[in-house]
Amino acid sequence: MKLFGIPILSLVTWLPLLGAIILIFVPKTQKEVIRLFANVWALLCFLVSLPLVFNFDKSLRGLQFIEDYQWIPLIGARYQIGIDGLSLSMVILTTLLGVIAIFSSWSAISERIKEYYIFLLMLQTGMLGTFVAVDMFLFYVFWEVMLVPMYFLIGIWGSERRLYSAIKFFLYTLVGSVLILLVIIKLYFMFPETVASAPGAYQEAVKLIAQDNQPMLAMLANAADKAISPNGTFNIWAMQAMGSARAVNGFSLIPLDLQLWLFAGLAIGFAIKVPMFPFHTWLPDAHTDAPTAGSVILAAILLKMGTYGFLRFNLPILGDACQDQRVLNIVVPLAIIGIIYGALCAMSQKDMKRLVAYSSVSHLGFAMLGMFALNPNGINGSIIHQINHGISTGALFLLVGVLYERRHTRLIEEYGGIAQKMPKYATLFMIFTLSSIGLPLLNGFIGEFLLLRGAFEANRKWAGFGVAGIVLGAAYMLWLFQRVFFGELENEKNQNLTDLNWREWVYFSPLLFLVFAIGIYPKPVLDYIERPTNTIVKQAKPFYFETGKGINLENLPASQKTPAQTNQGKTLPSPTPQSNPSTTPENNSSPSSDNTNRGSSNERTQ
Amino acid sequence: MFLLQVIPSWKETLFLMPELQLTLFACFILVLDLLLPRGKKTLTAYAALIGIAFTLIGVAQVYYVTRNVLPTLIFYQMYVIDNFSFIFKVIVLISAAISIAISIKYLETEKELRGDYYSLLLFATVGMMFIASSYNLLMFYVSLELMAISVYVLVGYLKNNDKSNEAALKYFLLGAFSSGIFLYGVSLVYAITGELNLLEIAIKVSLFILGTDAKVGVGAHYLLAFAVALTGAGLLFKVAAVPFHMWAPDAYEGAPTPITAFMSVAVKAASYAMLARIFLVAFPALRTIKELPGWLPFFIGVAALTMTVGNIAAMTQKNTKRMLAYSSISQAGYILLGLIASNETGYTGLVFYILAYTLMNLGAFAIIILLRRDDIKGDRLENLSGLIKKKPVLAVMMLVFLISLAGIPPTSGFVGKYLLFAGLIKADNFWLNRLAVLAVLNTVISFYYYAQIIKAMFIDIPSDDKPINLNIFSTISLVFATVLTILIGIYPQPFIEISKSVTKNLAPVQVNQQTSPTPTPTPTNDSGIDPSIDPNLFPNVIPRK
Repeated sequence: MKLFGIPILSLVTWLPLLGAIILIFVPKTQKEVIRLFANVWALLCFLVSLPLVFNFDKSLRGLQFIEDYQWIPLIGARYQIGIDGLSLSMVILTTLLGVIAIFSSWSAISERIKEYYIFLLMLQTGMLGTFVAVDMFLFYVFWEVMLVPMYFLIGIWGSERRLYSAIKFFLYTLVGSVLILLVIIKLYFMFPETVASAPGAYQEAVKLIAQDNQPMLAMLANAADKAISPNGTFNIWAMQAMGSARAVNGFSLIPLDLQLWLFAGLAIGFAIKVPMFPFHTWLPDAHTDAPTAGSVILAAILLKMGTYGFLRFNLPILGDACQDQRVLNIVVPLAIIGIIYGALCAMSQKDMKRLVAYSSVSHLGFAMLGMFALNPNGINGSIIHQINHGISTGALFLLVGVLYERRHTRLIEEYGGIAQKMPKYATLFMIFTLSSIGLPLLNGFIGEFLLLRGAFEANRKWAGFGVAGIVLGAAYMLWLFQRVFFGELENEKNQNLTDLNWREWVYFSPLLFLVFAIGIYPKPVLDYIERPTNTIVKQAKPFYFETGKGINLENLPASQKTPAQTNQGKTLPSPTPQSNPSTTPENNSSPSSDNTNRGSSNERTQ
Repeated sequence: MFLLQVIPSWKETLFLMPELQLTLFACFILVLDLLLPRGKKTLTAYAALIGIAFTLIGVAQVYYVTRNVLPTLIFYQMYVIDNFSFIFKVIVLISAAISIAISIKYLETEKELRGDYYSLLLFATVGMMFIASSYNLLMFYVSLELMAISVYVLVGYLKNNDKSNEAALKYFLLGAFSSGIFLYGVSLVYAITGELNLLEIAIKVSLFILGTDAKVGVGAHYLLAFAVALTGAGLLFKVAAVPFHMWAPDAYEGAPTPITAFMSVAVKAASYAMLARIFLVAFPALRTIKELPGWLPFFIGVAALTMTVGNIAAMTQKNTKRMLAYSSISQAGYILLGLIASNETGYTGLVFYILAYTLMNLGAFAIIILLRRDDIKGDRLENLSGLIKKKPVLAVMMLVFLISLAGIPPTSGFVGKYLLFAGLIKADNFWLNRLAVLAVLNTVISFYYYAQIIKAMFIDIPSDDKPINLNIFSTISLVFATVLTILIGIYPQPFIEISKSVTKNLAPVQVNQQTSPTPTPTPTNDSGIDPSIDPNLFPNVIPRK
């Protein structure tokens, strides 16, 4: 879609890279020019992304600002980008944190600044591209491209063990991404046959996703049309439609065995990025050794790519696998272990930055727990929690960076009584600490409340563990605060600490605003993510909104217990607008005796 | 050339013009070398480059003339003109041109500037061009030897360098040995089938498998398998696939660096053209068979070993030349995946990846060569350190080549690897899926050692302050390789199209041979028959004599 005659989404995505290219031609010695240019450009990138928010139609389901061009027709890859509410929130988070990260580097980075800003801007394009990509091939390209600048950011401007951390980050993520690549290839090859086997079901699934969103209906119809896409498609949403389509007998079109394999491939790939418990070891190293801006971007945005991947790929495409007891028995315990273990590790850290890093493991464990509750509250909470984590943990990294810049140490024992010298700093630290803990009226509370409610609806035990994690979270954060800010100012070196300067206030103020805004009135944010969440839940559990349960066919409402009707249609979805977007999804399921086994295997532990 | 003796019609010789031109140039350079005074020997390099340019034009002319009658078999079906041979000719010519361009300064530094170097390089290239067009096992063998013998000499070209001499001896002994093995395999194939022409062999072999040839007993199956194994082993020696790779690291390290680049790219490309041609045209029926292990399991094992061993060995290297040597071993394993997949995507990936690999590997070697300065050998990891401070453009170019070798987008290496992996997944076979997982995990391992070079260039401080000088030829080659590596990565469509079209008629070629041995234009095979899937189709497609 074009806004004021320009393809706005492409502009938002590529503008940072353009800045990087311009920077290449600025001579290395012009340090001030480079700094100024990078800051102005980053601000420009943020401002350009704002029209997306104002022109976003919240009542529309599916993607908006769609751009769809031919790219590599021979393998079916297209330049397709577009955003829904979930991507939009991530895009805005990225552009905002991007500009803050660049602002915060003004005095922190003093050598090789040209390369520094080039890599930061390139990274920005990579991240934005990952969130806006609608084509899996394009998604993968952005997903991988982003690794290289991040490797350099950690490796060149990091602290002590930066080389080790940089390569560890790269290799861990690469293992995950190559597995994702294989799954993408598999989905690509199975799409034409699978859809051809049940065109009607695909059509229904498309309607569920896109409802009356004409451009998107057209895009998904083209994806499945052999005449228009003779070489198949990589469209993520077409894959979602394939995954959530159900045949006459209520079965998913992708057999469960295959779903489990695909789920494993994707889940390992995304779990490394999230990171979930056994794959988290790269995170403390990378976060600790990265420069402040790198840590902010890592925590606030890169980790969200993992959860975003789960929400985009695993849940909608492989809905049955996500509800399979075997999967839940692995994923949910790992999320809970992540919450508790991350918190315990954080508690025992001597390094402030490492402490905040481990707190990310714990927070992302919450996000995963809420997500796998697979109900609207859980997923809404999970997304809000991710945004909040981006804001408050990003801010905490910035705060640690402020102190590090003044004292060049991050060891907690070096501090104590700082509140006397830096009262404004201490106040700010307290606010973000409380936001991270989840104090009501601050943003953290909303996410945690929603996702724990979702977890409670799914399984009370999960919520129980989650609450324990919150208590531990309060413990390590407050203890940190106490050790750093309270008590006597004993260390001589801390006598000359100066409080926040105006530049630091500039980059903290938007985060501060968001902490209160989301905490007090979260509805605007929830409005954006409500529709994507409902779609995801309906895709994974077709009858959730009727029965509150998964695809347990015994619990079907009477209205659904009619013989299959529409799945024989051979034509692709005719874009008929529907008046009420929240009507019952028309699924081609009919109860039959052979479904009972399957139904019970998908039943939740209650 | 021996082909001239069996010429059925003088007109067929016209199709050989590119090869003949190059041969003439190679001979001309030998004479030129004698005539030139000591200081002016660089002229021979220019002559060689001009020769390659003319040959490229010649190839284009032949393509233009024959484009509607492809594929065509000439010289009693010994020589084939098809898209597959054209693309490989272009690949070997470009790699020869780049190898010559990056040799000029290197030889000056080594003080070994003589014309016979370029002449031998051109002879090797002629051999490769004949390999790309061979359609007969004997023809393959002769072309292979023309290539191999020239390269043996080139490897030992630095007379005063012990390592170079050692490398040449090792390469020669093992190369001769592998040629012998290959020839033994060929003789056994001939013994069983009575044919040397690939198509005829294919027909005989499929009849064996179908069991319609009553004259052959049960034992012949095993003999056939043995023969195919020997042929395959001989060829896998040439591409340096594990476990036939022992010669490669030493030969690659000892050889003059431009020759290392040439060997790891052009020799490998030609050997792969040969491997693909022989196994896809002559032995598709033996891919998998019930009572015998076909060549598929054999290749799966070799590919798995090659990727893994090559990568793991490269991880510990501190010598960049040796590291790239091991890396090129593992890259050979990836290319084999295309042959294993045996479907359109796999073949496309095979050709595409060779194309991409040629550029990125030559580029990486070109930068290593530039580091060779007066008294600095330039092949240690330390020599690369701080390159970003000394020559930022070179460091960025090297970065592009390395991430392309590691298969990270947006580079040609990624698209190539994507196609190879896609071929495996498309085949949808239990073992091939596992092989795909192993292959992608190998790309992760490979990044570890490429990252060491990247780290040295971008993060470490410079180890010396001697300037790095580029001459015009190196610059052109590097810019060419870099631009294409990125361009193919961002917009691979035309290159995928080319790769796809050249493999379309790879096997089987329709031969319409009723009476005369005169060249008969043959219609292209549009039926989309894949012989590797259904050997039954063979007798229908190709009428027997």
